Amino acid sequence: MKLPAFDYACPATLAEALALLASRDDAKALAGGQSLVPMMAFRIASPSLLVDLRRLSDLRKIAIDTSGVRLGAMVRWRDIEDDARLNGAHPLLKAAVSHVAHYQIRNRGTVGGSIAHADPAAEMPGIAVTCDADIAVTGTRGARVICADDFFIAPLMTALAADEIITEIRLPAWPPRRRWGFREFSRRRGDFALAAAAVFFDVDDAGKAYNAHIGAIGVGDRPARLPAAEAEVNGQVVDIAISERAGRAASASVDPQSDIHASGAYRKSLIGTMVERALQSAAGMSAL
Amino acid sequence: MPLSFEVNGKQVTVEVEPRMTLVDCLRHKLRLTGTHVGCEHGVCGACTILLDGEAVRACLILAVQAEGCKIVTIEGLSNDEALTPLQASFRRHHAVQCGFCTPGMITTAHALLSEEPDCDADRVREVLSGNICRCTGYISIVEAVLDARSAYRPPESQP
Amino acid sequence: MRNSFVGSPVERREDLRFVRGRGQYVDDLNPDGLLHAVILRSSFAHGRIRSIDASATVKLAGVHAVITARDMPGGPPRIPMRLQPLPEFMPFEQGVIADTKVRYVGEPIAVVVATSVAVGEDALDHIVVDIEPLPAVSDCETSAAGDRLLFEQQGANCAMTFTAECGDADAAFKAAAYVRREKFRTGRHFGLTLEPRGVMAEWDAATGRLTVSGAAKVPFFNRRVLAEQMGLPEDSIAMIENDVGGGFGARGEFYPEDFLIPFAARYTGRPVKWIEDRRENLMAMNHARQAQVEVEIACAHDGTILALRGHAHVDMGAYMRTNGAVAARNIAQFMAGPYRIPNIRVKSSLWMTNKTPVGTYRGPGRFETDFFRERLLDMVAKDLRLDRVELRRRNLIPASHMPYPLPAIAPFPASDEIDSGDYRATLDRCLEEFGWADKAKLAGKLIDGRFHGLAVGCFIEGGAAGPKETARLEINPDGSVAVFIGSSAVGQGVETVFAQIAADALEIPMDRISGVHHGSTAYVSDGYGAYHSRSVVMGGSALLDATKNLHNLIRTAAAKRFGCLPSEIKISEDGIVGPHGSSARFADFAGLTAEGAFLNKKHTYTFGAHAAHVTVDARIGRIEIIDYLAVTDCGRIINPMTVRGQVIGSLVQGLGGALLEDLKYDKDGQLLTGSLADYLLPSASDFPNLRAVVTEMFPSPINPLGAKGAGEGGIISAGGVVANAVANALGAFGVEPRELPLTPQRVWEMVEAGRLAT
Repeated sequence: MKLPAFDYACPATLAEALALLASRDDAKALAGGQSLVPMMAFRIASPSLLVDLRRLSDLRKIAIDTSGVRLGAMVRWRDIEDDARLNGAHPLLKAAVSHVAHYQIRNRGTVGGSIAHADPAAEMPGIAVTCDADIAVTGTRGARVICADDFFIAPLMTALAADEIITEIRLPAWPPRRRWGFREFSRRRGDFALAAAAVFFDVDDAGKAYNAHIGAIGVGDRPARLPAAEAEVNGQVVDIAISERAGRAASASVDPQSDIHASGAYRKSLIGTMVERALQSAAGMSAL
Repeated sequence: MPLSFEVNGKQVTVEVEPRMTLVDCLRHKLRLTGTHVGCEHGVCGACTILLDGEAVRACLILAVQAEGCKIVTIEGLSNDEALTPLQASFRRHHAVQCGFCTPGMITTAHALLSEEPDCDADRVREVLSGNICRCTGYISIVEAVLDARSAYRPPESQP
Repeated sequence: MRNSFVGSPVERREDLRFVRGRGQYVDDLNPDGLLHAVILRSSFAHGRIRSIDASATVKLAGVHAVITARDMPGGPPRIPMRLQPLPEFMPFEQGVIADTKVRYVGEPIAVVVATSVAVGEDALDHIVVDIEPLPAVSDCETSAAGDRLLFEQQGANCAMTFTAECGDADAAFKAAAYVRREKFRTGRHFGLTLEPRGVMAEWDAATGRLTVSGAAKVPFFNRRVLAEQMGLPEDSIAMIENDVGGGFGARGEFYPEDFLIPFAARYTGRPVKWIEDRRENLMAMNHARQAQVEVEIACAHDGTILALRGHAHVDMGAYMRTNGAVAARNIAQFMAGPYRIPNIRVKSSLWMTNKTPVGTYRGPGRFETDFFRERLLDMVAKDLRLDRVELRRRNLIPASHMPYPLPAIAPFPASDEIDSGDYRATLDRCLEEFGWADKAKLAGKLIDGRFHGLAVGCFIEGGAAGPKETARLEINPDGSVAVFIGSSAVGQGVETVFAQIAADALEIPMDRISGVHHGSTAYVSDGYGAYHSRSVVMGGSALLDATKNLHNLIRTAAAKRFGCLPSEIKISEDGIVGPHGSSARFADFAGLTAEGAFLNKKHTYTFGAHAAHVTVDARIGRIEIIDYLAVTDCGRIINPMTVRGQVIGSLVQGLGGALLEDLKYDKDGQLLTGSLADYLLPSASDFPNLRAVVTEMFPSPINPLGAKGAGEGGIISAGGVVANAVANALGAFGVEPRELPLTPQRVWEMVEAGRLAT
């Protein structure tokens, strides 16, 4: 279908953008448009004003320093792919982003757009939650920082107020020897995940894992860490048996809904397998 | 609202409603009908064009978002005299049946080969996985793109 | 000059415009004064229309008209069946717009004609439709229960039961040493074309002429229907075929919009265009495939098949559309496929449901019934501890039995027979090229976390439906020859293959075939179009006849000019030569034109074998095709490149049906797969390892070209062969797929069930 009618503005500054966004109840920020425009084409969304953020070049930066990786909200998937610094600075992010959508979408889609859209099966929200990211937002009432775990509330629902804009996603620093793995299963390349697991842990001198983070994507109404699975990993040398135990714990700790793409029971099983395989990959074992 | 951008090397100015997508603007305002519409929801890739040199889905971009941009469509990748090496490869490999996905396939492949003339079959398949073809089964399309790589390599690297 | 363009991989003529983006599809047309139509479609699967109020809508800026059933004097006309037009089906035919009831989500209720599509879509929200919802019939079981009727006056939801029969099945079962009974199901897929449908109609009130662009597949039949519905003489309507972005059986049949848009053009006096959007395409274009069957096979201990008996139930959707009965009939008539089964009785019942109506989709009924049969054969082999290949080889129809009669089908009696072939030869060729002997050792093995499985299956593919096709040749002023055919182009390359055939027949270079004009009603006296893999066989044979007729005309004209007998005229590439040094050029006979025809009551039968090697990641149910080979013998090959394109293209559609594509409905008849993110088509990364071998060992004896229809064979085997390979891979879990598509979830569920059982 064609898009419903709306007004369009393309402000040059963040302050202007915020003022425009605050000017109407149903105004919406437009980043890459790769999620919003299809929703409008199905006439599921019909904002009366679109505020295009494309001139806000400050939001396009990828900053890497000792505090971690800061992704401007308008950073595109393509920019992450092309940035060789991220291979060391955040390999998990890079691996997850390689699963996002298709070539053409990746030239337009943005991390901020994906975070704001909050699809529970999308990679970026999952990485944000798994990595304890902070989401920096700003509005006419001021700026604030929301931790990822508090940010995502339900499918397509976030803590972002209607008059706020995401400015930055802040991923904590990534120690050089950190072990990580990412596994996703989708029906076809580029489709949303039926289930995906993002995992990392650090290893002490005895080879035991600590600080395990295990995130589940696509198996709930929001991405979430799985403390029960993490508990199986912390303090252990990650081997086949530990990965299997963590996988079982992962399965047991989710209760996914059934939808046309997969039943809840299937998704529950899948997440266990994804966690198990991601952990094996993290531990340097060959895994499917 | 008025809108100016460059299409296939020519500066154009058109009047559009904000809700008009870039593909509808190209097809119906500028009569560049080589770019096709297969789904209008960003899945099929038939509307792929080059925006500032990058392959994008023109059904997921508002025309007004292209203000000041450089656009190249299949028409801009074609000439009257001869087929380009990529086009000739599509023909030689029978990578075309009904022709509807073809402009999107060629623009996508052109963007890919321009940046990665040494890409392998897996990469070609990954990139083209965003373009649906219902006729060929893709085997011949992948072969055609691989076979056209040499035309995109810098002259000194060619034998 | 003796040409040999036929048989050569000639590069396609149409590609010269397609690769440049210069194809012209119906949405590329924008005549002056054009208005745009959008269609209000039912959001209820089943309901009674109480009222439709568009009074506010017509007053909206940019809205020119809102058309409903009430605007059609005498009520909305029905769309007649094109194939198997039995009187029993008539009460179930679809009207062009909903009148008193809606019977599926997506059924047209009103047409808005506006200055733009966007304005028209805005206006849809303003039409007030009051529908009293009725309980929906969402599957065959509910349909058969009979307490919810789609057509109350019919008293039942079953439109028909076909029976395919030969020998005495009951007696054979009674006497058989071995019997196995099974149930299978196929999913709901459709011949989605990448170009959505479109119609553009222009009405000239002064002359009473109607021009309809966007025609495809069967323009002559559709013109007859439209003329009748519009109350116009046939010859006042021109159907124009533009470039067509895919057909696959679904596009080009007469749909409601094929009346509604011309009607809107006459109603408004302006050109009107409608382009289907993808969302409505998924609920408006013919669905296909969904069937379930209970089937029994009887064998001797050595695996010789004695009899086949069963009953299929086909989910027809809400109406009998133009070719809606074909798949159901084929399921029954072709269940035996390429195998010699002396006793058959297979019934096929057509159940009306509150879903989008069905029509043909490439290999209609054959994909389904080959899945049922090939699954059954692998089960038989397992039961009787026979080699799967040996079982097939033993039961294939021997070459010595050709032509081989098909089971009779009632109540649409038409005797048919398989024309020619050596099925064991293609099976052996397939096994050899595939490397079966080596690969079979991998069966059931777990390697690097994946189970390996193999399968092979055999198929036949019907083609060349009659009754007739027409072709015409005309000499141009420059001495080149133009070809006009009644066949239609849907992307299969007819402009190239007909130029090959014509150049060979006329014995002139291909560049002297100026063009191949197809699909529009203006070109030949009558045409039958593109379905049942018939274009090349029927049109090509008609072209040979036209060549003969043109040569006769040239001889007559030249004889008159030279003052000799026609038999003294020699025609060659260089010109026309008479006795005593008299000669002329082709250009001297510019304007000469000759039509030719080919009539055919029988069908051609392409045949072959497919083999697959798959792996299954049993933990997640993921299937990967490691190798897939299709061997096809399709009689005389016109263009090996385009035939291979047909095989691989249709094979990938088959794999889509086997593994990905599924139109899902809920119990209320709501379509759940309303976008291409939900209806999953194969993409470039799904099936990288496919091979096709095409041979021409057995030219068809029933047409002068020796060609056989070859557009559908690739799709037919895919479901059965992949499912058998998965069963082979997962033998350790006792997995026996009985339902397509084989989604990862289904595979996982079968594996889990197997784990529990052991």
